[in-house]
Amino acid sequence: MSDIKNYTINFGPQHPAAHGVLRLILEMDGEVIVHADPHVGLLHRGTEKLAESKPFNHSIGYMDRLDYVSMMCNEHGYVKSIEKLLNIEAPIRAQYIRTMFDEVTRILNHLMWIGTHGLDLGAMTLFLYAFREREYLMDCYEAVSGARMHAAYYRPGGVYRDLPDYMPKHAESKWTKGKALKQVNSWREGSLLDFLEHFTDYFPEKIAEYNTLLTDNRIWKQRTVNIGIVSPERALQLGFTGPMLRGSGIEWDLRKKQTYAAYDKLDFDIPVGVNGDSYDRYLVRMEEMVQSNKIIKQCVKWLKDNPGPVMLDDYKVAPPNREAMKNDMESMIHHFKLFTEGYTVPKGEAYAAVEAPKGEFGVYLVADDSNKPFRMKIRAPGFAHISAMNEMVKGSMLADVVSVIGTMDIVFGEIDR
Amino acid sequence: MNDSLEKKLKSHFGDLITSFVTQHGELTCEVAPENWQQVCQTLRDDAQFSFEQLIDLCGIDYLTFGESEWQTEGSTSTGFSRAINKNGPGRFSWEDRETELMDKRFAVVVHLLSIKHNMRLRLKCFTPDTGVLAVPSLIDVWSVADWFEREAFDLFGIIFVGHPDLRRILTDYGFVGHPFRKDFPLIGNVEVRYDEEKGRVVYEPVSIEPRVTIPKTVRKDARYAENQEQLEEDS
Repeated sequence: MSDIKNYTINFGPQHPAAHGVLRLILEMDGEVIVHADPHVGLLHRGTEKLAESKPFNHSIGYMDRLDYVSMMCNEHGYVKSIEKLLNIEAPIRAQYIRTMFDEVTRILNHLMWIGTHGLDLGAMTLFLYAFREREYLMDCYEAVSGARMHAAYYRPGGVYRDLPDYMPKHAESKWTKGKALKQVNSWREGSLLDFLEHFTDYFPEKIAEYNTLLTDNRIWKQRTVNIGIVSPERALQLGFTGPMLRGSGIEWDLRKKQTYAAYDKLDFDIPVGVNGDSYDRYLVRMEEMVQSNKIIKQCVKWLKDNPGPVMLDDYKVAPPNREAMKNDMESMIHHFKLFTEGYTVPKGEAYAAVEAPKGEFGVYLVADDSNKPFRMKIRAPGFAHISAMNEMVKGSMLADVVSVIGTMDIVFGEIDR
Repeated sequence: MNDSLEKKLKSHFGDLITSFVTQHGELTCEVAPENWQQVCQTLRDDAQFSFEQLIDLCGIDYLTFGESEWQTEGSTSTGFSRAINKNGPGRFSWEDRETELMDKRFAVVVHLLSIKHNMRLRLKCFTPDTGVLAVPSLIDVWSVADWFEREAFDLFGIIFVGHPDLRRILTDYGFVGHPFRKDFPLIGNVEVRYDEEKGRVVYEPVSIEPRVTIPKTVRKDARYAENQEQLEEDS
């Protein structure tokens, strides 16, 4: 009889189920994983070092590129930390806009997650469905900031501009004209808020559709139930946050527990799992989409009723408007200083965290009275999650690695920074 | 919240914690490397603290802290000086690095979270000024410290004593130097390209010039003067 030895296989960095550039070295005993060693850093761009060489506002754009499927939540963490250092607070309307877009972002992220997770485990249809709905939300991003993904919309002291009064319409083409054109533009007659209201009315039945496809699906359950179980004690030890922590049964959500923006004024629930397996985390995220939808609805209502400023009226951090700049010497000086040198931030350090779709996204800033951050550390939720990879897949089958990668909802932009 | 936490920490740890600073509603405590592990263990296990989670661990390099690249204080009849200091952060290269270690140059900062009491705490530990930049590893206290310590080692060269697998994590295989140190140039030291003749990727010294579009400027803003005084009193 021949000797049977463990062997090592290389998973990625180019692999459709690796969700980016993950290289996994798997030590296998037949089909069973003995040890998994994730190699990350293939997408390391040194965001934190780059931020040290730029004035504070220049790095907002880098935030979008960290977790590139939950862009505005990253910006929120960054501007919140600057606001803490400067002792300023955004006007209430800006707080509501941020809340609304954080939730739009959460749905965007979870749709991306359910699409790719489903695709990895053999549910192709869902991917197409999820991307259909994502398109509407991308249009909201575009309407408000001009960019479908990398918005750079949040600024210290508020948001860059107020919500637009109209939504861009689809143009006539060879395929879409007449009645069909009218139909695709039917949501777009009013403002962005009207458009989002239409979306919130439409979305719950779509979630029901996803549930029909997956929740009781035999194959889906075989691939997720009892896979990647994490006990609550281990989840705390492993630094899990967000749905990964809640899936293990710990009720912890920064939106409720260390509230920020306008979350304390809104009504929503926090779903919690029981078993801590992939299936529970799936259920948690699905319910989070329902709750996000509910939050967006409330924000839309409030924003329709309450016009007001969306940026702090302080020319030391926020630029004056064009008209003032052209007629008023002082405004022009402020404008010039802001766009050449930026604002200086008093000496000190602050950590600000938001509940990003993947977990706690925090930014730790050290300032030294200058116009650039002295040190910025980004606390990315995915980094802690993927470091638990070995523990989660040890002893399970090779195919379960894919399920675990999917359930972690990892994006390499934030892990590698 | 922070006041009561500070009192509890003071009475429980006494001299083990060397400084307390509260700023922007956040409490920062300084701990010496020799007490690092013990303090953290107690913070996790003692019911009045129960910091179950290590949220973040990172390194800081304090070289050039508070230094500006552009002098704004002295002015002449022709205006402010425009000279950009070539020793600005990220501008000088690895070879020109200061050989003398400054005091308290490197620090490890951890952010703790207690879910039970809903509070946060920041701990700071300066590495020894002479000898090896060594700090005890927290891997036995919080498992998540594993990768965070590997990252701090990779980027700053801080050694975590007791870490079983202190490998580089974010940088390339075979990378030289610790890129987040302030004396590591932003543009790096080497660049790579594919060499047709040799048939492989080759490493060469960087060919681009470092360039700073907006210099780092330090201004003591009068609006924050009150805070400053308070800060200095605290520390």
